[in-house]
Amino acid sequence: MALPALLVFVAFAIVPLVGVLLLSFTSWDGIGVIRPAGFDSWRAELTDPGLPHALWVTFLVMALSWAVQTPLSILLGVFLAGHQRYREFLAVLFFIPLLLSSAAIAITYKALLDPNFGLGAGLHLPLLVQDWLGKPALAVGVIIFVVSWQYIPFHTLIYQGAVRQIPRSMYEAAQLDGAGRVRMFFRITLPQLKYTIITSSTLMVVGSLVFFDLIFVLTEGGPGDSTRVLALEMYKRGFQANQMGLASVIAVILVVLGLALALLLRRIGGGSSSTSQLEGV
Amino acid sequence: MATTVGAGTREAAGGRKRRSRGRGAHRPNWLGGLAGWFWLLIVIVPIYWIVITSFKTQSNYFAMNPLAPPTEPTLDNYQLVIDNDFIRYFANSTIVTLGAVVPAVLVSFMAAYAIVRAAGGMWALRWMNSLFLMGLAIPLQAAIIPVYLIVIRLHMYDSLLAIILPSIAFAIPLSVLVLTNFIRDVPKELFDSMRVDGASEWGTLRHLAFPLTRPALVTVSIYNGLAIWNGFLLPLILTQSPSQRTLPLALWTFQGEYSINVPAVLASVVLTALPIVVLYAIGRRQLLSGLTAGFSR
Repeated sequence: MALPALLVFVAFAIVPLVGVLLLSFTSWDGIGVIRPAGFDSWRAELTDPGLPHALWVTFLVMALSWAVQTPLSILLGVFLAGHQRYREFLAVLFFIPLLLSSAAIAITYKALLDPNFGLGAGLHLPLLVQDWLGKPALAVGVIIFVVSWQYIPFHTLIYQGAVRQIPRSMYEAAQLDGAGRVRMFFRITLPQLKYTIITSSTLMVVGSLVFFDLIFVLTEGGPGDSTRVLALEMYKRGFQANQMGLASVIAVILVVLGLALALLLRRIGGGSSSTSQLEGV
Repeated sequence: MATTVGAGTREAAGGRKRRSRGRGAHRPNWLGGLAGWFWLLIVIVPIYWIVITSFKTQSNYFAMNPLAPPTEPTLDNYQLVIDNDFIRYFANSTIVTLGAVVPAVLVSFMAAYAIVRAAGGMWALRWMNSLFLMGLAIPLQAAIIPVYLIVIRLHMYDSLLAIILPSIAFAIPLSVLVLTNFIRDVPKELFDSMRVDGASEWGTLRHLAFPLTRPALVTVSIYNGLAIWNGFLLPLILTQSPSQRTLPLALWTFQGEYSINVPAVLASVVLTALPIVVLYAIGRRQLLSGLTAGFSR
């Protein structure tokens, strides 16, 4: 009964994962013959200055988007966990970004942020009239913002569910002891959310390794190579420069990084029961 | 808008100090409320802008306040989008999504059933379960190059099937996880009594596990359906001709061709999101619980 699932999974997930390691020891242009090349691709890729740069951008996007999303998602999740009627209404609108594809979101922001025809120009707000996607630092900021725009609702949803599961009696007891909001948040809510924070962070961190569609459509790695994350570097190497061997090296690095980060966060969480999963694609 | 983000974080960091939860407390939760309305504004303004702009003429768009509703609403943008073959792309996306979700959920359900029923028993099934679990921690997108190679060798390149098969594989790990958790909650006595009544495993699967697992099946179907409907990487790499294009890819190429015609581009965004927004309006709760499938337990 389990056989069909196993067959498809092995054919299109396990075999490719092993295959990408094998391909990293070959030279292939994507069309012609695949030739064994020993460590050539590894040597070429590891000495390529593009790799540390892409690693750095990936790390930057990962760290900043985590730092923006986590506090806001917890705050909003706790807030939306209340049962007031107007909060229900807020929640309906709030989760709309979850429904849109990364491509649609990227296209929207590309138009919205256009320095000549975008929102800022139309409203004559000088602060908003910037070459958002044309300057390296601004472009990274825009990506962090758009990532947060897209994924904060998802993480808020996770936190909202988790907060609602905290037994009410804990708060009642604390209230009898005269604890205020601040204390209750730090003594009860936050500790109770521990595993949720680990799960949500794992999703953010491992998920950020594969932010591809959003950045591809929004900036295509530019201006220059300032937003070229690993996944994009892999795509460009493989499918634009036709160096599948080198691209496979990047893929192996991505897999190892993803596994290492997932394990690390699991260790921090003290063997949390939840497993990680990727966002997007 | 990077500055807004900065402000948001600072506010959130401050907010944590004063936050507890909304109910049962005596003092209103100002910071939570502030953050809630603030973020709502950030979410709503772009969406509002997409919708109203998609009804503006191009000259209207350049001339007027971007946040004011159109003075002379038009459907020309939608006409242009539909004239650009979006019906076909819509059909392609539907085929890919249904073609991947239905088999993915079906095989995952069967696998989950086998794993739960064999609990503690067959080592092969336990080993397989860990294989699926491992699939959760690995960014499967990294395997795209060999997937491309396999698809070429199977002569499936540039077909919808090329998108469907890897989509099924990528959907299996999470589906199996959610469904095993759910089937595990079915009381063992029910299975036993089915066996006493002489039902086969297939009979038990169909007449006992299936009806009891229906909510979880809906949940994983929604989760996978949304991910596949919005998928970009697989169609980008595994297809090339316009006749095999799915919606996200069509959006991207359309934007490339008509980038100066902002209202038309935004009309294409609205059209591609419409079916999901309609689904959201019909079954909001189920859709939201589907999105957090395995995570909020």
